[in-house]
Amino acid sequence: MKALRPIGRRMATALPSVVGVIIVTFLLTRVLPGDTAAYFAGPAATPTAIAEIKARLGLDQSLPVQFIRYVGDLVRGDFGSSLTTGQPVLSDITARLPASAELVLVALVLAVSIAVPLGIIAALKERSFIDHACRVVATAGVSLPVFFTGLLLVYVFYYILGWSPSPLGRLDVFATTPPTITGFYLIDTLLTGDLEGFHGTVAQLALPAATLAIFALAPIARMTRGSMLAVLESDFVRTARAAGLPPTTVVLTYAFRNAVLPVITTLGMVFSFLLGASVLVEKVFAWPGIGSYAVEALIASDYAPVQGFVLVMAVLYLLLNLCIDILYGLIDPRVRIDA
Amino acid sequence: MKRRTFLASTAAVTAPAVHSPLRAQSRNETLLIVSESGPNNLDIHGIGTNVPGYEVSWNCYDRLITHGMKKTAEGTPYYDRDKIIPELAEDMVVGDMSATFKLRRDATFQDGSPVTAKDVKWSLDRAVSVGGFPTFQMKAGSLEKPEQFVVVDDHTVRVDFIRKDRLTIPDLAVIVPCVVNSGLVQKNATAADPWGLEYTKQNTAGSGAYKVTKWTPGTEVILERNDAWKGGAMPKIRRIIWRMVPSSGNRRALLQRGDADISYDLPSKDFAEMKAAGKLTLVSTPYSNGIQYIGMNVTKPPFDNPKVREAVAYAIPYDKIMEVVLFGLGKPMFGKTGGATEVAWPQPSPFKTDLAKAKALLTEAGYPDGFETNLSFDLGFADVNEPICVLTQESLGKIGIKATLNKIPGSNWRTELNKKVLPIYTNVFSGWLDYPEYFFFWCYHGQNAVFNTMSYKSPEMDSLIDGARMSAATGDMATYDRSVRGFVDLAFKDIPRIPLYQPYVNVAMQPNITGYQYWFHRRLDYRSLAKG
Repeated sequence: MKALRPIGRRMATALPSVVGVIIVTFLLTRVLPGDTAAYFAGPAATPTAIAEIKARLGLDQSLPVQFIRYVGDLVRGDFGSSLTTGQPVLSDITARLPASAELVLVALVLAVSIAVPLGIIAALKERSFIDHACRVVATAGVSLPVFFTGLLLVYVFYYILGWSPSPLGRLDVFATTPPTITGFYLIDTLLTGDLEGFHGTVAQLALPAATLAIFALAPIARMTRGSMLAVLESDFVRTARAAGLPPTTVVLTYAFRNAVLPVITTLGMVFSFLLGASVLVEKVFAWPGIGSYAVEALIASDYAPVQGFVLVMAVLYLLLNLCIDILYGLIDPRVRIDA
Repeated sequence: MKRRTFLASTAAVTAPAVHSPLRAQSRNETLLIVSESGPNNLDIHGIGTNVPGYEVSWNCYDRLITHGMKKTAEGTPYYDRDKIIPELAEDMVVGDMSATFKLRRDATFQDGSPVTAKDVKWSLDRAVSVGGFPTFQMKAGSLEKPEQFVVVDDHTVRVDFIRKDRLTIPDLAVIVPCVVNSGLVQKNATAADPWGLEYTKQNTAGSGAYKVTKWTPGTEVILERNDAWKGGAMPKIRRIIWRMVPSSGNRRALLQRGDADISYDLPSKDFAEMKAAGKLTLVSTPYSNGIQYIGMNVTKPPFDNPKVREAVAYAIPYDKIMEVVLFGLGKPMFGKTGGATEVAWPQPSPFKTDLAKAKALLTEAGYPDGFETNLSFDLGFADVNEPICVLTQESLGKIGIKATLNKIPGSNWRTELNKKVLPIYTNVFSGWLDYPEYFFFWCYHGQNAVFNTMSYKSPEMDSLIDGARMSAATGDMATYDRSVRGFVDLAFKDIPRIPLYQPYVNVAMQPNITGYQYWFHRRLDYRSLAKG
């Protein structure tokens, strides 16, 4: 229990941020140009029709009244209803968050498994061919806008080569949705022993995850390389080498473990970037994720989903940062979360 | 166990294991439609139901009556405005001040309960009572009060007219007056929601040819055929999968790879290129009663001066717009030379690009050096509106009118337009009911409806429009023809809005898809489609 106390304290400090997020998103959505009621009343709307919709949505009330009502609903777990999809925001988000999370996590794993080894090798063989290659790949990846990479991959692997299935979201049109256990199709299909479904899911995931991974390569690879370079030049590595330890032990056990902290920090940041970048990737691949949901709502000045989205994202970031802090402590005992 | 039943049962057991043939078979009876956006409500009576939602309503609900088909010059089946045929009604008798409908006795709702006169009355009451768009649309046909709908007996309904109006009967064949399963919906209604709108938002409760079996908002809609449908010939397609694909490039790729069967909201450029490639079936049909136009606010200088408006009408780069923006996919509504004014709408205006004349008119109007103004457009349709406005801006610049582009986000467009303060803008209007007087009543009449975006008022125009409406209701066609010619001529003389073109509905299909029909609502009718 004692170990959990700092975590609890850390969580408590996050509360004001959540309150701030609630207030700011509420105000921001209200100052946005656009009139929800007029948009949804359609082209044939008379002023009376617009007024009717406004009254039904409670938008004819003053801002403080609307805010109190909003907070009251939040406390009861009611995030409001989306006008774009016609569904309660909470059910929309719970249905869509796993889609985005699965995509981003797979992309992150993919990016790490390529970028970290690449960064280590580049650091070990500084100024060699592989170092330059690493730099080129990273620069190209980060300079290409994700929607462009996405469309390019679709064009090559779907349209020209026909290797990839049609970019129609998480599953092939004729496949059946696996029963929702975790909401992650990769896990759900495996749990139910649906190997065909698993293959289908992997095939659908490949291109969007690759698109995001290409974007994420650069910061991870550069950070790994930089951090490794600094550590490799330090005294204890020189001592280890002089003591005749095998090169793998020196590099992985001594150098990398010490170099990994900044990489973890970068990972946290990259994860947040990816959630943002996934908005565009979701659009390109018709991915039923949370990003495309929020953007569509924003275009329609549909307040409730936007507020719900920002709130959920804020909570996610807080949790993510907490995880990273805890991870620090595990990797490097000198770091304390309450420090 | 008999041999046949045994074989049938083993087939049923083994079938799921054989994936590819089963898939191939289901693929032939399944249609994959891809479009940019999907419905936000399955019921057209709902609050703020979007246009994709209308498509669901059209295919899942029946109306008392519907339209027959004719063919366009290109051979595309096109709804026949003047041919009303029964759908749920088997007989219609139109009297002087009422119409009586006898219902089909065999028609049932999708839950098996019979369609009765009570359901029809409840549904029509609902349409005129819920407010918003459905009520507005009913009003367009002088259908305003629940008392107008009378249950004569279990299978007979009478609609009483509150005034003579040629549009009453056609208005009963649009999407809104659909017949809803009143028993089922009332069971799911609440005190706060007496019309059960929350239930029909998520569930289809009609007697129509299709029912929604799965709806994932923003992702897909799956519809299955209702095998007990009585409203017409049994549709060929068993299952419709309608997927939302936001990227137009991917919609095109899906079509060209042969994975998607139909898509119909592609940019003109893609559409023109696919037409040139010739691998798919592409159908373009002009919007019925629809025009993209440049409107001007006639209440404020400088556009309160008819000479200035005429000058602008001569300065629009019409041909360039058709070529560069639409790739020819639009019907020009300009450059009419000679010939009498037709009793029809839309029809081309006499204007063409003539900068010298425009400049002269502008000088005559007292603006020899031109003036500054804002040219506004809806960013929601930026792929068409933006190039139109950029070309117009450039051309206006040549006669000294310095126009600044004012880009208005889609969510804000209606609000800004309805304030009626934008000096000059481009917009599109189209009416479901294809009658000239209907278009003019909403767009040019001094009642100053939301669609009269120019705030145009003219007593002469009003008397011509009212005259056309009156004579159409009483069948005095000579006066009608004279009035229609009169208001069309006046609209071109006063030119508060400059017609550009009649937009096209562009539908792209695989070559094995047949049976596409153009409807006034411009959405797909699944019932006539076939594959293979």
